[in-house]
Parts: sequence; C-alpha cells; structure tokens
Amino acid sequence: MSTVKTSEHRHHAHHFDSAEHEYQSSKFGTWLFLVTEIIMFGGLFVGYILFHELFKETFKVGATFLDWKLGALNTVVLLFSSLTMALSIYYAQQNNKKLVLTNLYITLACGFVFLIVKYFEYTHKIHEGLLPGRYFAYDGPEVAALKELGFSNLGLYFSFYFTMTGLHGSHVIAGMALIAWLIVRAHKGEFNSSYYTPLECVGLFWHLVDLIWIYLFPLLYLVG
Amino acid sequence: MGQQHGEHHTIPLSLYYKILGLLLFLTVITVAVAQVDFGALNTVIAMAIASIKAGFVLAYFMHLKYDDKLYWVLFGTAVFFLIVLFFFSWLDIVTRINPPSIL
Repeated sequence: MSTVKTSEHRHHAHHFDSAEHEYQSSKFGTWLFLVTEIIMFGGLFVGYILFHELFKETFKVGATFLDWKLGALNTVVLLFSSLTMALSIYYAQQNNKKLVLTNLYITLACGFVFLIVKYFEYTHKIHEGLLPGRYFAYDGPEVAALKELGFSNLGLYFSFYFTMTGLHGSHVIAGMALIAWLIVRAHKGEFNSSYYTPLECVGLFWHLVDLIWIYLFPLLYLVG
Repeated sequence: MGQQHGEHHTIPLSLYYKILGLLLFLTVITVAVAQVDFGALNTVIAMAIASIKAGFVLAYFMHLKYDDKLYWVLFGTAVFFLIVLFFFSWLDIVTRINPPSIL
C-alpha cells in the first residue's frame, strides 16, 4: 500500500491545529452523522422484520409485486457508483483533476439512472393502486387468495415499501446534490492530494446510501 | 485523533476493481439463492450475504480497514444497539401467547 503525505502548507481553519487535524475532525463528524443514519434506517428495518414475522403471507405476496430485475439493476448501478466515488478520491490523491471530475460525473449519472428506474417502479405501483395502508386500492386475485388465508393487510407491505425506498431515495437525491457541489468545486481545482476532505465525507455518505440498498434489495424484492 | 503522521492510505486501483467484481458476484449469488425455497432460512441467508457485501463496502470503499480503530468502534456501537433493539423486540413478538390479531 502506498501512502500520500498530506501537505503541511495547506491553509486550515484557525480552530484546528493542522490540516490533518481538520481532516480527521471532519471525518469523525461525518461518521457520527452516519451513526444517526444507521439508527434511523435501523428502526425501519427492525419494524419490517417484526411485521414480517407476524404476517409472513402478506409480505410474501407483497414481494411478488416487485420486479427483482429492476431491483438488481439498481443494485448494480449503486455498487458501480460506489466504485467511481471511491476512485474520485483516489485520483484526488494522485492530483489528477480530470479523472476526479470524470468519476464524479459518472457517480452523478448513476444517481440519475437509479432515480429513473425508481420513477418507473413507483408510477407503475401507483397506477395499479398498490399503495400504503388504507390507500391500498388494488383488487386482483392475489388479494382474494390472501383473504382466504385470513389476511387483508397487503397495504402494510406497501407502507414499508414506500417508506423505506422513499427515505432511501431522498438520500440518493441529497447525495446527488452533494456530488453536484463537489463537481463545482472540483472544476475550480480545489481538490488535490493535500486537500480532499469534502470528497472523503460525501463519499462516506454515498457509500452508506449504497450500504442501505444492499440490505433493502434482498429484503424487499427477493425474500418478501 | 486519527493517523499520527498525516499519511493517508491509497488503495491500489486493482483492489478497487476486485472489490466491485466481488460485490457484483455476491449480488448474483443473492438473486440465485432467493430462487430456491429454504423456508424461513431464506431471510437469514439473504441477510448474511448482504452483511458480507456491507463488510466489503465498509472495509475498502469506506476505508475502515486502513483507518483508525476509532471508526470501527463508532460504527460497531451503532450496529450493536441496533441488534439490541431488534433482539428484544423480536423476543416480544415470538413469545406472545395470544395469536396475532388477524387484520
């Protein structure tokens, strides 16, 4: 493993001892924020698993309404964008402005692809009446079959589906806004081997968004 | 706090590509395994594979492997309390004497 020496000369905010101190403090703050994110999403995951335990049939039928191919496509898109995000930091460490920008643009484009796929999934479900809770309006044979088993709460599955993917999707949008901000700063040539803190911190956030999707995909699309 | 000498690790490019390859491979495995009916084990298997993937993302993409141990502890604390939340809530659900109300 090679290492990059951080420059002693970079100007840092006066309340930090050094540029390194500033970098580590920013990163620590970002990780603390990620912890709050894990707890927020974690509550939903725990809720999902518990209700799944109570209403196995409901969740099983609910999952059949999702197209796992679209979920898998979005998984691949997010994993790939995680790589390009990490590469943008790698190239900042190499002082390669052009490739920092290229990788940031690819990451942003992946975010768009993810949202477009999500848009098609959402509109399809809304059109079919596969809506959360009491707004559930779908009336197909699956609903009748489920009623035979004694369950008429398919809307519960879609409450979880829309809440979890919606919260995740809003994080994708926030991440994209942050990446756009990084692109503006990268164009100004602000990132190099001695200063790439914003890349690192937004990168950590973007990877977390990817991390949550890694769990959401099998839970919602595959297992049900 | 942090690495003392102001040195940041750079992970070689080839390793990044290998990690992505591994993550994509595990995604294929996840989809393939889900097609087989293992009953309740399906959820467990899916979550286990997801956790392996999450581990790779954390260790390499998020650089935890090369960072100060402090970040591992911070992240681990969040996961630990999540497990506590899950475990006791789950105990409540599975040990209830009354059958769940049918909606």
